[in-house]
Amino acid sequence: MAKGILKVKAKVSGDKTKVKLMAKHIMESGQRKDKKTGELIPAKFLQELKIMHAGKEVFVANLGTAVSKNPYFAFNFAGGAAGDDLTMTWIENTGETATETAKVK
Amino acid sequence: MSINRRSVIKAIAASGALVGASVLVPRIAMAAWTQSAFKAEDQETAMQELLGGTAEESAEVTLKAPDIAENGAVVPVTVRSSLANVESMSIFVEHNPNPLVVEFIIPAGTDADVSTRLRMGKTSKVTAVVKADGKLYSASKEVKVTIGGCGG
Repeated sequence: MAKGILKVKAKVSGDKTKVKLMAKHIMESGQRKDKKTGELIPAKFLQELKIMHAGKEVFVANLGTAVSKNPYFAFNFAGGAAGDDLTMTWIENTGETATETAKVK
Repeated sequence: MSINRRSVIKAIAASGALVGASVLVPRIAMAAWTQSAFKAEDQETAMQELLGGTAEESAEVTLKAPDIAENGAVVPVTVRSSLANVESMSIFVEHNPNPLVVEFIIPAGTDADVSTRLRMGKTSKVTAVVKADGKLYSASKEVKVTIGGCGG
């Protein structure tokens, strides 16, 4: 994966950082059938998402297939300052994985 | 099919039976993804596999979801809890093929307040389960779905 799939908006608000995150991903559940062949489309979905800030985990999600297409998450964590990096790692059920970074505003 | 450390330990402890043997190195380093829970086809099994128990209803868990979801492919849901020491929050949709939708691990310092979007196959009860201080608390809400989001 050359280009990241995660779109992140992280903003400091008081003593917290508010994070809104969207992953561009089809989240194929493995339960849909191909309309032409009638065969099941193999599952391809994000399985884990981990967000680190300053070397500490701030958010971990273990995803099932029923998370919507282009998964969206919003959460807040204590601390964080403008310009800080968020390190985000995702793993797909296919074993594909990548780490992306985003800045806190 | 892949396995991870937690499910391996669980599988050995439970039955000694191991299915699948592909070991993916990066996955071992990550938090465990509970295969048995995500694949479970009824809510009780999924809850048992993931959290090891059943939850009791609690007013300190808030589940915000629409009464009627016009499009089951995108159902916005917010889970909140005023409990202390929240460890994880999970969302179940009872009538989905695999009821466990997502599990959030909430490290110390992160608010027990997470929003996401789910898929719902049909009208169902949505349950949020919050693990706090090792105990399980839940809140549920019936969400009506007019167009299902599972299957094509």
